[in-house]
Amino acid sequence: MFELLGITPQSLVAQLLIGLINGSFYALLSLGLAVIFGLLNVINFTHGAQYMLGAMLTWIGLNELGNWLGIEDGFQISYFVMLLIAPLLVGAFSIVLEKTMLKRLYHLDHLYGLLLTFGCALVIEGLFRHWYGVLGESYPVPEMLEGGLRVSGLYLPYYRLWVVALALIVCFGTWYFIERTKLGSMLRAGTENPKLLQAFGVNVPLMITLTYGAGCALAAFAGVLAAPIYQVTAVMGSNLIIVVFAVVVIGGMGSIAGSIVTGLALGVIEGLTKVFYPEASSVSIFVIMILVLLFKPAGLFGKVR
Amino acid sequence: MQTKPMPFGLDKTTIVILALLALVPLQSFVYDLFMMKVFCFAIFAMSLNLLLGYTGLLSFGHAAFFGSAAYVTSHVVKEWGLTPELGLLVGVSVSAGLGYVFGSLAIRRQGIYFAMITLALAQVIYFLATQLPFTNGEDGIQGVPRGALFGVIDLTDSTPMYYFSLAVFALAFLLIRRIVNSPFGQVLKSIRENEPRAISLGFDVDRYKLVAFVLSAGFAGLAGGLKAYVLQLASLSDVHWHTSGEVVLMTILGGIGTLWGPVAGAAIVVNLNNYLANLGGWSTITMGVIFVVCVLAFRRGIVGEIAHRLKIKL
Amino acid sequence: MKKTMIAKLVAASLVAGLGTAQAAGVSDNEVRIGVLTDLSGIYSAIEGPGAVVAAKMAVKDFGGKVLGKKIVVTSADTQSKADLAGSKAREMFEKDKVDLITGNVSTASALAAMEVADQKGKISIVTGAASLPITNEKCHATNIHYVYDTYALSRGTGKAVVDSGKKTWFFVTADYAFGHTLERDTTEVINASGGKVLGSVKHPISTQDFSSFMAQAQASGAQVIGLANAGGDTIGSVKQAAELGIMGSKQTVVPLLMFISDVQALGLKATAGMNFTVGWYWDFNDNNRKFAQRFMKEFGGKAPTSVQAGVYSSTMQYLKAIEATKTDDAAAVMKHLKSINIDDGLFKGKIREDGKFEHDMYLLQVKAPNESKNKNDVAKVVKVIAAKDATLPLSESKCKLVKK
Repeated sequence: MFELLGITPQSLVAQLLIGLINGSFYALLSLGLAVIFGLLNVINFTHGAQYMLGAMLTWIGLNELGNWLGIEDGFQISYFVMLLIAPLLVGAFSIVLEKTMLKRLYHLDHLYGLLLTFGCALVIEGLFRHWYGVLGESYPVPEMLEGGLRVSGLYLPYYRLWVVALALIVCFGTWYFIERTKLGSMLRAGTENPKLLQAFGVNVPLMITLTYGAGCALAAFAGVLAAPIYQVTAVMGSNLIIVVFAVVVIGGMGSIAGSIVTGLALGVIEGLTKVFYPEASSVSIFVIMILVLLFKPAGLFGKVR
Repeated sequence: MQTKPMPFGLDKTTIVILALLALVPLQSFVYDLFMMKVFCFAIFAMSLNLLLGYTGLLSFGHAAFFGSAAYVTSHVVKEWGLTPELGLLVGVSVSAGLGYVFGSLAIRRQGIYFAMITLALAQVIYFLATQLPFTNGEDGIQGVPRGALFGVIDLTDSTPMYYFSLAVFALAFLLIRRIVNSPFGQVLKSIRENEPRAISLGFDVDRYKLVAFVLSAGFAGLAGGLKAYVLQLASLSDVHWHTSGEVVLMTILGGIGTLWGPVAGAAIVVNLNNYLANLGGWSTITMGVIFVVCVLAFRRGIVGEIAHRLKIKL
Repeated sequence: MKKTMIAKLVAASLVAGLGTAQAAGVSDNEVRIGVLTDLSGIYSAIEGPGAVVAAKMAVKDFGGKVLGKKIVVTSADTQSKADLAGSKAREMFEKDKVDLITGNVSTASALAAMEVADQKGKISIVTGAASLPITNEKCHATNIHYVYDTYALSRGTGKAVVDSGKKTWFFVTADYAFGHTLERDTTEVINASGGKVLGSVKHPISTQDFSSFMAQAQASGAQVIGLANAGGDTIGSVKQAAELGIMGSKQTVVPLLMFISDVQALGLKATAGMNFTVGWYWDFNDNNRKFAQRFMKEFGGKAPTSVQAGVYSSTMQYLKAIEATKTDDAAAVMKHLKSINIDDGLFKGKIREDGKFEHDMYLLQVKAPNESKNKNDVAKVVKVIAAKDATLPLSESKCKLVKK
């Protein structure tokens, strides 16, 4: 068995697999952001906080809800139920945000939407930091998904495979919906020429609001998936947000397919960096972003607006 | 009636403010170390304003210039024994040089892509700061000596250090005002208002943007170097993206496109951080609320609002 | 004309008048203790508000007055940022006329505060920060390092684990000075005890996903996966090691720096059986338990960490020293503190000339969920590491205060 720079091919395959798994997570996480920017031209900096909300709600559903409702036997909402409820709750909350604040900024420079959502992110994170501290809480892997697969010396937890499966399904589903269905094409038309679409009788403002809500719900969905893997803390979103931005920017800010492909690719590249030059694994994504933006200004799949 | 213009572009408002600031060490209500911090961040915010408020370019990576100058200045003063004014000079040269490199790369793109490139480049600088031996990684460069100005005036005590900081601040402020009010500054403003028109008028817009970027980076470096003397240390938080975000907040809160805006913004944010620091998470929450309120209602920023209401130029 | 005057005044006051004004009327008829710590950031659970409570308890137990002067405790938040630590330390000494700064978690912040204290000729006590240089290359005459350091952690955990038969190691190290030092020191101990380090991987600070690094550790086949990191990185490493089935397999995970607050955040299921070293544990003897009960009443039922107990003890010793020397002059107090034997029921030992408080350390083992009676009952002491084994010998010290 030959060794490439000190790594056996077996190990390399293992690391690539891990990279793909992480990549699918990045793809899912970036999906919401890409949808919102692609269709609404809004840079949703609250994305990280909404992701955190998804994870936090999941944890609360399991651990605290019983206490709040005063129920003795420890009333718990299971992980699988939270997969549906958390995104809905966060989506609803985000819709309120959009209707009361974000709406007023559409006619202005992108910058203001970005700053507003940044401010909202600070408030949401600050509140949870205040309530739950920074070390966070632990959320267990649901029993049904415990354990793992032993494949050529590597242990692949079932839960991670579950995440990959869900991530790919949701990513593909979203892409299909937006690019291939009638409703999706209405959404896309609404971005390019809202007045014309409105003239056709479509309620464009409602569409925009729902789209924003859906994008944020996607962030929360990723949060629920993340809860058993990463520690649930108030700052889990801000730790990831700039990576997510990088993925969306590299993929091309208008392109759903771009974010998905980039997320996966970046997961793999980051995985390889962790093997050959681990200290630089955090910065590798930014180096790629610089290179891509210099040679393909609108990102890999984007169109210059 | 034409009033005779004062030297150095001074005007009555500026003189009053500078005079008030000169009185700080003589009283005990306002803490002089606190004011020195404000000066540093005011210069930092003014540098960003030059780019954002006057040229219309948003940089998310300005901490790279601030922090790298802080590190370089700390190093040359501590290890090579340079006097403080030379230390600042070296820091500014490094950050301006870095600005030239970053600017050349970033200016090829517009809007959000420009901002993202600056962020990415700044992250690379952050990574370098954690790896290069001279920065001491997490520990930072500690115990930076304040030294003797021109080899003669010892800056170790608070009072001479305060006046030195005030002088640097005044110098930076007047210089930036000069730049903004000059023909060069007018072109920058026209680029901000309507870039295609500026191009059609025959201006080499990219060159102007690059010069503005280098100037902005240089002033940010001045702020960083000064901060290294005031707090006597350079650390990783100087190059962290939170610092880039904070200076954007200061500039917008104070009012982009005004001269005193960034100064007021810096004063408010530094003050808030100080006051709220003991209340734990409230500091983040308050910052967030201020951001939101500013963006929704006070887009001109505090000084911008005041200037607008009173119909004067600040 | 009037408008411009108003404008000028408004603008001027905005700029000039906003510093927080603490009433500067502090006479030197008060002994002021400043707790400089991370009140809301990553290290707030180790030290933080609990340390302020501990300091106040010490003052109250001492009687609230020393030499007839009132004792006042103030606190400030550094958020574990060196910048803030430096300026807050300066503000405490210059504006608030503080006599002692204690707490000081996070090495970079501690070094900044120590530097200021030294300049002002006042005492600093470091309880939370870990790095050996605090009493080694970067030692100061006005500084005391009270609870633990990286030498003790590497000696304690490293040697104990190798002696128990687990000889091959693989390190997952945070890529900064602290991580490197911890790895290097522990490697020395491992080699000296007859063990072997098979490899290591360095990860950036504040990494989210450790699965790749853990997989590399698994692949090495080492018996021990040593974690040379701290805070959120340690928590992430442990959680994902558990996820990858490393816990309970032939490999064990050994965090070189861990506190009971980290164990509580992770839960016992993920951490059962893990070994780590601390300077003090609440459930070790009756004295500790009594103190812990009193502390829990003041701090919402949470048991004190070793660092918080250290703040209590060191504050008490400081006040006793003032009483004994009849002054709060820093040099006199330091001289006294370095000359006495300390035995206050919580800690027993001596403060050396380099400022290091030499005392026993404790190797803990995390309890299994069914062994634990309440949320504070997370571990048991399995070994006491003698003071002289846990402290850098003076003969090897690089501190300029140590006379060779």
